[in-house]
Amino acid sequence: MIKLITAILTALTTGAIYALMSTALVLVWRSTRIINFAQAGQAVLSTYIGYEVTVRTGSFWVGVVAAMIFGALLGAVIDRFFMRPIFKRIQSGPILMIAPVVATLGLLGIIQSIIGFKWGLTYQSLAAPVSTDGYTLFDRVIAFSPFNLLVVVFATVSMLLLTLLFQKTNIGLALRASAHSPEIARLSGIKVDFIRTLGWALAGAAGGLAGMLYIPSSYLYPNAMDVLLVFGFVAAVIGGLESLFGAVAGAMLLGFAISFATSYVSEKLVFPMAFIMLIVVLLIRPAGIFSKKKGRRD
Amino acid sequence: MTLVVENLTIDHGAIRAINSVSFTVPTGNLAAVIGANGAGKTTLLRGLSGLKEIKSGRATWNGESIVGKRPENLARAGIMHVSDGKSVIAELTVKENLALTGLWRKDKKDVAAATEEVLSLFPILGERMSQSGGSLSGGERQMLAIGRALVARPQLLLLDEPSLGLAPLIIDQIFQTIRKFVTTMNLTVVLVEQNAMGALAIADEGVVLNLGSVVAVDSAENLLKDPAVRTAYLGY
Repeated sequence: MIKLITAILTALTTGAIYALMSTALVLVWRSTRIINFAQAGQAVLSTYIGYEVTVRTGSFWVGVVAAMIFGALLGAVIDRFFMRPIFKRIQSGPILMIAPVVATLGLLGIIQSIIGFKWGLTYQSLAAPVSTDGYTLFDRVIAFSPFNLLVVVFATVSMLLLTLLFQKTNIGLALRASAHSPEIARLSGIKVDFIRTLGWALAGAAGGLAGMLYIPSSYLYPNAMDVLLVFGFVAAVIGGLESLFGAVAGAMLLGFAISFATSYVSEKLVFPMAFIMLIVVLLIRPAGIFSKKKGRRD
Repeated sequence: MTLVVENLTIDHGAIRAINSVSFTVPTGNLAAVIGANGAGKTTLLRGLSGLKEIKSGRATWNGESIVGKRPENLARAGIMHVSDGKSVIAELTVKENLALTGLWRKDKKDVAAATEEVLSLFPILGERMSQSGGSLSGGERQMLAIGRALVARPQLLLLDEPSLGLAPLIIDQIFQTIRKFVTTMNLTVVLVEQNAMGALAIADEGVVLNLGSVVAVDSAENLLKDPAVRTAYLGY
């Protein structure tokens, strides 16, 4: 019983972090149709900024805000001054599919080297704002702490806010229109380039938040978020890449699969489980588990 | 308020799609651009709305050049392009599709008023407001695309093949509606059509394109009587 409860709670915590990363990837995918590998670098750099601010102000919360704001600005700058010129230069041909993605890989390397120069390749630790000691349940300490609870709450609230933004506001409508049909959005007078940059900014903020929520349970180093990028990517693909709901659901599914496989079968199953799920989904429903046949679309 | 197009040239890769095209559309007039498939009609419209790069020549609206401007800025300046047949965002609801052209407009009261006018022009859209754009029939989509443009209160409307893929009865209805609102709203319209007969019937003037060049410009009435135009484009 304890084992089951622990597995569920662990799944929720890891799923919440994956959800933030997969959301970040989906936001960029929807706005520019590329998989942003630099997301891991952007998120970890934002977390370094959050870490510095936390150390200087003594407040983790100020650090979170700083990480999210920096993440948003960094995302916006990358799109405006890096991705947009690349897309402008490449108008068509097979390179159009590949060049921007390779560019994000290059960017990932650059960001991580910058971090290496500035902070060194050592491990730093970021203290959690609340206890990381597990709660006691039926006289036993379980692997779920007040900080884990905070992670779940924060991720849930930010997802709800993002959903409200997308579904209930004018900016959200512009974001959706630009994602589904940039041409029609343009012809309707929507400044699609700006909206794209906004998508990158939102993704950057989500990445910064993911980092600040993940690092206290791990360590801060230049490659700290690489693994999360992989899981976030798998979750996004499971969810079909197109929808925020899919990204969150895919992340939760992945969180549960990994948590149950590791607690009931073997600790070694973390990575195999993620890739087994990826392959199974790609074989059975390549457009994501929530894909449905579109109406009279052409 | 006149659309002036002078020696406009547009390339499509290595192919010259529009070759030194000139014509003028006075305010409040409906000009039909007719021609066979591949004559360059759509490319011409895409050039005028900023979607396609103009190689050379001039195009002005109200004396101001529209060459090299971005589509979103032209849209905000009152030039609305309804791109071919089904330019509706399938994933958004009808209501959301209609709202797109009102997002950036400051006068929200007028956006609401314009939306009401569109719904009285196309009552069927009112019944479909919460349905997704993708669930509409071809005719309804066309109404939605035109309606969305009208919510912006445009001055110049560029319509690309509104009859494409529609049943004859619906085509007639769409053409009649277009004629109606063009007159009541005092719009200037460039209507690109393969259905030359239907288009010329509601147009004030016509431009006949062939392989990217203008072969005739005249009043719609004269074009309908012109034996050469009749055999080539009207089929009788």
